[in-house]
Amino acid sequence: MSWVTTFLNSSIGKKTIMAITGLLLCLYLVIHLAGNLTLFGGADFFNSYVLRLSAFKPLVRIIEAVLLLIFGGHIFNGLRLSIENRKATDKKYQSNRAQENSSFSSKTMTITGSVLLVFLITHLATVWYSFQIEHSGGEFFKIIIGPVVGLGNLSVAVLYGVAMVFLGFHLHHGFQSAFQTFGIRYNRYGRLIEIISILFWFIIPAGFLWIVVYFGFLGGVK
Amino acid sequence: MILNSQIPGGPLAEKWTKHKFDLKLVNPSNKRKYDIIVVGTGLAGASASASLAELGYNVQAFSYHESPRRAHSIAAQGGINAAKNYPNDGDSIFRLFYDTIKGGDYRSREANVYRLAEISNNIIDQCVAQGIPFAREYGGLLDNRSFGGAQVSRTFYARGQTGQQLLLGAYSALVRQMKTGKVKFHPRHEMLDLVLIDGEAKGIVTRNLITGEIQSHAANAVVLATGGYGNAFFLSTNAMASNVTAAWRAHKKGAFFANPCITQIHPTCIPVASSHQSKLTLMSESLRNDGRVWVPKKMGDKRHPSEISEDERDYYLERLYPSFGNLVPRDVASRRAKEMCDRGHGVGETGLAVFLDFADAIARMGKDTVTQKYGNLFDMYKQITGENPYETPMRIYPAVHYTMGGLWVDYNLMSTTPGLYILGEANFSDHGANRLGASALMQGLADGYFVIPYTIGDYLSGKLGESISTEHRAFAETESDVKSRIDTLISVNGNRTVDDIHKELGLILWENVGMAKNKAGLEKAIESIPKLQNEFWNNVKITGTADELNPELEKAGRLADFLELGELMARDALNREESCGGHFREEHQTEENEARRNDEEFSYVAAWEYKGKGNPAKLHKEELVFENVALTTRSYK
Amino acid sequence: MRVMLKVWRQNNSKSQGVFEMYPVKNISGDMSFFEMMDMLNDRLVLDGKTPIAFDHDCREGICGTCGLFINGRTHGSLRGITTCQLHMRSFKDGETIVVEPWRAKAFPVIKDLIVDRSSFDRIMEAGGYVSIKTGGTPDANAIPIPKINVDEAMDAASCIGCGACVATCKNSSAMLFVGAKVSQYALLPQGQPEARERVLNMVAVMDEEGFGSCTNTGACEVECPKEISLEHIARMNREFLKANIS
Repeated sequence: MSWVTTFLNSSIGKKTIMAITGLLLCLYLVIHLAGNLTLFGGADFFNSYVLRLSAFKPLVRIIEAVLLLIFGGHIFNGLRLSIENRKATDKKYQSNRAQENSSFSSKTMTITGSVLLVFLITHLATVWYSFQIEHSGGEFFKIIIGPVVGLGNLSVAVLYGVAMVFLGFHLHHGFQSAFQTFGIRYNRYGRLIEIISILFWFIIPAGFLWIVVYFGFLGGVK
Repeated sequence: MILNSQIPGGPLAEKWTKHKFDLKLVNPSNKRKYDIIVVGTGLAGASASASLAELGYNVQAFSYHESPRRAHSIAAQGGINAAKNYPNDGDSIFRLFYDTIKGGDYRSREANVYRLAEISNNIIDQCVAQGIPFAREYGGLLDNRSFGGAQVSRTFYARGQTGQQLLLGAYSALVRQMKTGKVKFHPRHEMLDLVLIDGEAKGIVTRNLITGEIQSHAANAVVLATGGYGNAFFLSTNAMASNVTAAWRAHKKGAFFANPCITQIHPTCIPVASSHQSKLTLMSESLRNDGRVWVPKKMGDKRHPSEISEDERDYYLERLYPSFGNLVPRDVASRRAKEMCDRGHGVGETGLAVFLDFADAIARMGKDTVTQKYGNLFDMYKQITGENPYETPMRIYPAVHYTMGGLWVDYNLMSTTPGLYILGEANFSDHGANRLGASALMQGLADGYFVIPYTIGDYLSGKLGESISTEHRAFAETESDVKSRIDTLISVNGNRTVDDIHKELGLILWENVGMAKNKAGLEKAIESIPKLQNEFWNNVKITGTADELNPELEKAGRLADFLELGELMARDALNREESCGGHFREEHQTEENEARRNDEEFSYVAAWEYKGKGNPAKLHKEELVFENVALTTRSYK
Repeated sequence: MRVMLKVWRQNNSKSQGVFEMYPVKNISGDMSFFEMMDMLNDRLVLDGKTPIAFDHDCREGICGTCGLFINGRTHGSLRGITTCQLHMRSFKDGETIVVEPWRAKAFPVIKDLIVDRSSFDRIMEAGGYVSIKTGGTPDANAIPIPKINVDEAMDAASCIGCGACVATCKNSSAMLFVGAKVSQYALLPQGQPEARERVLNMVAVMDEEGFGSCTNTGACEVECPKEISLEHIARMNREFLKANIS
């Protein structure tokens, strides 16, 4: 299987991994957002949704493991690329008007990605962890809007809000870039990819952000 | 010494085939026992290096560039000729041969030119197989265009970048051999002298342009493919570094220099704007297909062209040459433009330009069609001059473009020094007194791909077992000469920069040894150039040292050789009491101011032998024999 | 007009470089950027100083030798030109112009503004050719090739190897350079027999030479003097994936 390692260690191979894992994570975001939207149905609706998921615990665990793998691959490769790319560059230019030749989002993938990593860890350590140890039967909604790890805590709400803006930037470049990596951006589907990308860099982050704003700042549903 | 051109006997069309059979071969397993040095890796050098390495020879390739892909062959725009007759318009090997001989004003060898025409077809096959994206028609077959006034469409092209594509093709063949190790490439190494052992070329001495190190390299034969010397004029369409040094050093070591005065001046270049100008930019000759050349009838008329009405304009090419009009050959178009400017009809600030007007073409074909055909050239013009040629006529002026002269070679491309071969623009061979458009690429590749691989074996086969080492004292002696010359250059520490002196040489040559020459001017040049040589060796200033990257030192070494060459160019021009092709002597013209050849007395190649510092070079004549074409006077009326 | 040049000076590959300031006067707008540099260099020589070393040759935008990072952009701020095609009329009177060499680990500085781009040649050695020998080739018209493919191959083949793509890339990636060559051959039947090895080997050497990977920022496409499209990178990616799968 030496060609596999050669491939995975090649520059294009690493990019391919970024693209595949990135797109899978995009898919996951859709599912995650769909789940989150049940918050608007009120406490009972949301709690029952979470409980229903808990009924398939083994399946959820498998999915979580796969997700971990995908996240891990994306993050590991991303950091690796970022370090290697830094090594490939020499002294910084004294004057560099890079804004004239490339977009802001494309040049800040490491930065936006790193912020998202911080967010991810925080999110897992607080909300996800709280959900795991919640055994009182159906207080999930409270965790979400609560003052401890939930949106009732101003700093949490702000972090979540900022993270979603970063997510928007990350996906603004990331989604389309994945198709370029596969070599399928320049064809008759190019325009379609551009349109679908709006869903990912704008609508989905905006959806998450709306939840943050609605429940964190506007009082949410009672 | 009698020049023996080694032209094989027999009918013209069979000479090359017969000759290939007669040439001695080197056994395939013996080829790896030979080392060959190739200096210059442009079209001719890269194609030769690759082809020789493919055969099994060990090749050492040298270039003063960082990579073979930088050679100035890359700048050729128009195309490459071949006698494929794909368009079914009556072309043939004989017609390409005939056009080339006639275009060269009957100052080239029949046998060489015929071979060139014969090989032209193989070149196209070779290049297509390499993956060169020549222009094609919708059916998928190759497209041809008519170029430089040819009556048939035989020019293959890749947009306006044919030279680039052909060079990259040769470069690709070369890197493949570099990978196999059969070619050892020495980038940023400049050849500064030739090493002779027992009168034969057995090595070179180079300077590593980064470290300044002087090194010797030995081989069984040396191939020079070092391009032309148009930069003697300072301003030319050549690249900044193009120079005569390698060829000149070989000349000083005994190789004869042929027809040095015959220079091609290209008519459609962007005029000189100021004294700071460092180079002239050529725009493809194809512009003359649709543009109309004119000057104001009134002398010194400085009005904007839009204010000059039709009847105040002189479309002089159309007036003088009703049948060819704006498509007369390069030398005629160039000379006429100079003449108009000399008479005071020149336009622009300097008065050294004529208009090339597309107003009629735009009216006739529409702006879109004009953009399609010439858009990139118009953009280039606008970029350089800041003027929009869609609205204002272009200003053009002739510029030095190509040197037909070069080191003398026989049919095998070997110079008068045994073991020293000269390819491409560096030799004098195939273009006579004037090169046709789209023929330079053809010749460079013919020499490199299809001539030298055959002919060099004939020389090498006699050298089996010959072992050349840089330990030989000839190398040490040459190295010491090279070093002392460099030290002298650096130690002058005078008051003038290299470019300053080069510009002065350029002016002398342009005024007296350029488009139109006369006895008085040439004598003046012969008198003033040695003075300038003296000025150079006593008053040039170079800063920095010899053991570092030092572009001023590089330029100075090249200028020193241009200064000596310039004198020879003038002597050759003075000797050639006739006008032919790119060489125009004002004393020898018809009543209609056309070139008048003197076939009785000057149907020969003037090959000059170096006779030591301070002594005039000695002339040797190679008589040209024409058995297959009748000598006619070119007429484009 | 007059300008103030702020130029990177570095004696050799081992020494530390610094920026130095050079005022230049009496500039005409019709002068090219390099002619302005020539004028400055002549003055430096007469003052007994070392002139600024910079790479240049054809001065008509095709040889690919020149390449300066001028005021934060490769080959200056105009699109579709090389440094040698830049004229002084593009600058303002009194402007300070920052001039830097290409910056990339794979392009070490040799002196002042000259860098070593031999890594490009080594990538080419890995597969930038069709493995045929001289002679014995079929007639040029033996294989018809769709015009559209040839035109696209020509777009890719226009690459002059100047390295602006690497110089402008935040990762110093050579994907546009390599992509252009791989793409040219991928579009032509002549390139097919070796397509697989070509892309695998060229990418491998590209990585070995220390170029970064592609983030698809598109800066290279904007800065390329021959305006070579990112599409060629896409095609190389495709070829690379195909080569790995097949």
